[in-house]
Amino acid sequence: MNNLWLVIKREYITRVRRKSFILATLLTPLGMAVFFVAVQFIFSYENDEVNRIAVVDDGDVFAGPIPDEKGLFFKFVDKDVETLKAEVLGAEEGAYDAVLHIPVVKNPRARDFRIEYFSDEPMSLDMEIAIKRRVEKAMRNYKIGQLELDKTALKALDTDVEIRSKKITVAEGENEDTSMAGVVGAGLGTIMGFMMYLSIFIYGMMVMRSVMEEKMNRIVEVVISSVKPTTLLLGKIVGVGAVGLTQVLAWMILIPGVIFLVTIFFGFDADAAQQMPQNPDIDPEEMQTMVEQVMAGVMEMNWWVIIPCFIIYFLGGYFMYAALFAAVGSAMGDDLGEGQSLTIPITIPVILALYIMMAAIQAPNSSLAVWSSFIPLFAPIVMPARLPFEPPVWQIIGSLVVVITFSGAMVWLAGRIYRVGILNYGKKSSLRDMGRWLFSKY
Amino acid sequence: MSTPPIIEVKDVRKAYGEKVAVDDVSFAMPPDAILGMLGPNGAGKTSLIRMITTITAPDAGEIFFRGEPLSGYHPTQIGYLPEERGLYKKMYVGEQLLYLARLKGLDKKTAEAQAREWLGKFNLEDQWSKKVEELSKGMQQQVQFIATVIHDPKLLILDEPFSGLDPVNATRMRTEILRLKEQGTGVIFSTHRMEQVEELCEYIVLINQGKNILEGKVSDIRRKFQDDKFHLEFEGDLPPGLAGQYELINPTPSGVDIHLRPDQKANDLLRYLLDHNVHIVGFQELLPSLNEVFIKQVTQLDPTNTNPFDSAEA
Repeated sequence: MNNLWLVIKREYITRVRRKSFILATLLTPLGMAVFFVAVQFIFSYENDEVNRIAVVDDGDVFAGPIPDEKGLFFKFVDKDVETLKAEVLGAEEGAYDAVLHIPVVKNPRARDFRIEYFSDEPMSLDMEIAIKRRVEKAMRNYKIGQLELDKTALKALDTDVEIRSKKITVAEGENEDTSMAGVVGAGLGTIMGFMMYLSIFIYGMMVMRSVMEEKMNRIVEVVISSVKPTTLLLGKIVGVGAVGLTQVLAWMILIPGVIFLVTIFFGFDADAAQQMPQNPDIDPEEMQTMVEQVMAGVMEMNWWVIIPCFIIYFLGGYFMYAALFAAVGSAMGDDLGEGQSLTIPITIPVILALYIMMAAIQAPNSSLAVWSSFIPLFAPIVMPARLPFEPPVWQIIGSLVVVITFSGAMVWLAGRIYRVGILNYGKKSSLRDMGRWLFSKY
Repeated sequence: MSTPPIIEVKDVRKAYGEKVAVDDVSFAMPPDAILGMLGPNGAGKTSLIRMITTITAPDAGEIFFRGEPLSGYHPTQIGYLPEERGLYKKMYVGEQLLYLARLKGLDKKTAEAQAREWLGKFNLEDQWSKKVEELSKGMQQQVQFIATVIHDPKLLILDEPFSGLDPVNATRMRTEILRLKEQGTGVIFSTHRMEQVEELCEYIVLINQGKNILEGKVSDIRRKFQDDKFHLEFEGDLPPGLAGQYELINPTPSGVDIHLRPDQKANDLLRYLLDHNVHIVGFQELLPSLNEVFIKQVTQLDPTNTNPFDSAEA
């Protein structure tokens, strides 16, 4: 037991103090922050531009003033188009940057309408969208007036259908409102599934490299004259797992922390909403309710079940794959390139599991999702994604049992392969060799 | 023996699939002796050693360490330098010695004290905080050796210890080993280069094709295999009749080997030489080298074996 602890400590400390680890742990949040800032910067930079547009509305399509937005100003001008065009080219102080000519509407029933935009600079996409929206809205009101349609009746045409989702339970009282659960659940499930996927790859491969390193620099035989190979293997898996946990925890603190600091520092919080191209159709009140509903959906999640289960899946999934990676690592020879093919049988199930997970998010109770929750190599990635959708308890328990048992079995099996493989120096061993080692008496 | 042998191997067998690596090997090693385990590559020496160091277990037979059946508690009393050896390149020297010492059961304080003491002996104190990869190859070998002995083992097992060592380090290791033996540590050398350990070993075990083909005290074995050969060094000329009386081998202007026939005695030869006024500079018995012993033994056991050193059949 004491030796196990020594091995775990060594694996952990030698990795955590490596420059590459520290850089990766610190730079990732920093990188995300830089990205965040850059995006904000790009948005704001674009809108630093001021565009003043002279509007010639021949047919009075616009009943009232055109709404401005940041950097985009409209003004009705009572000159003719050609004069204005010359003014734009002249570029005097206070001159207009562009001319928008809205001709007379010949046929209010026509579906198409062409307007003209004159400028010495090309029209940006944002501007095109902004202008189009305003003109289309104005045209609507204009046509309503011209065709003498009943405005109130028209308003009643569009119906905003809202689906209220309620859960049927045995308990008395009002049924739970699970409207936003679908959306939040999908988001949460995806996040958890991806976290599993990435952890398995990153830290599983770290274990494999550790095994290979010991074999290549030939220290392994010295170590196993003091420590049982299975102890060394377990120590490695736990040690690397601790490194992974440290990194993830660090990120969970640093990433929100850095983003928080950045938003405060650059004062983007309030402005960010304004930077986004204004969409006059979206009611700010509606946005508010949507955000509130998302928060409610998040609150509704069965966190008491989700968090512990996720942790167990995380550990179980990591252990089972780390064990497999270790077994493969012990079969590698001194030539690094040759052994890459051995990792394929491990990476295929992981990638498959990822795709199944994405399908399971769409259909959490489909037979594919259910069956995959019991297939040991898929379960740690698929099942966490299903958890927000409250799968039946027996499925959760059954899946957990499968994962825990299988990861224990994998560690044991890997141990049998590992203790033979690590002393086989030089050439890489085949899958068949590894199969033989499973049964060799040591 | 009042004290039990430090290692006793009884009818040990180990097979890897079809190949029998160790075939019913038995021998006993007296405490604080230097034992040479000799034999060609592929003879089964390393397989045997791995069983003694508890890395693997025998399929049949038993191994005893200081009278007790070999168990997981014994590795802390055994120091092992494998043939394929190395260190963690990116760990610091001091830290690594501490780690390996603690794996051998030393507590932190003792481990650190021992590490510093040994590094001091080799003038390597300044390397404590350096990464192993920053050291020269010679220094790395020294650190490797320290790691093997740092826990004051009762038994030292060295597999091909001199391979890759420069002469300075080889001599240093030799000196340290002799010193350790003086202090009561038993040493097992395993090698296929028998000449390297000729002067060091008191006992030998010859392994060939998984079998123990010869064991015993070196002096006894040499005597047993001695060939009635003598080496004469002289100045001037040899009496012409000498060649007729005695079998002469490799004559040079200053020396010659003489092979006595069964009925001839060394003292008679000396008398003959003195009578013929040969200016004798030196006269000594030529004992067979371990190499020669090995070849003799193999061919004796299996006269059809024309290539005794080819143990590893494809």
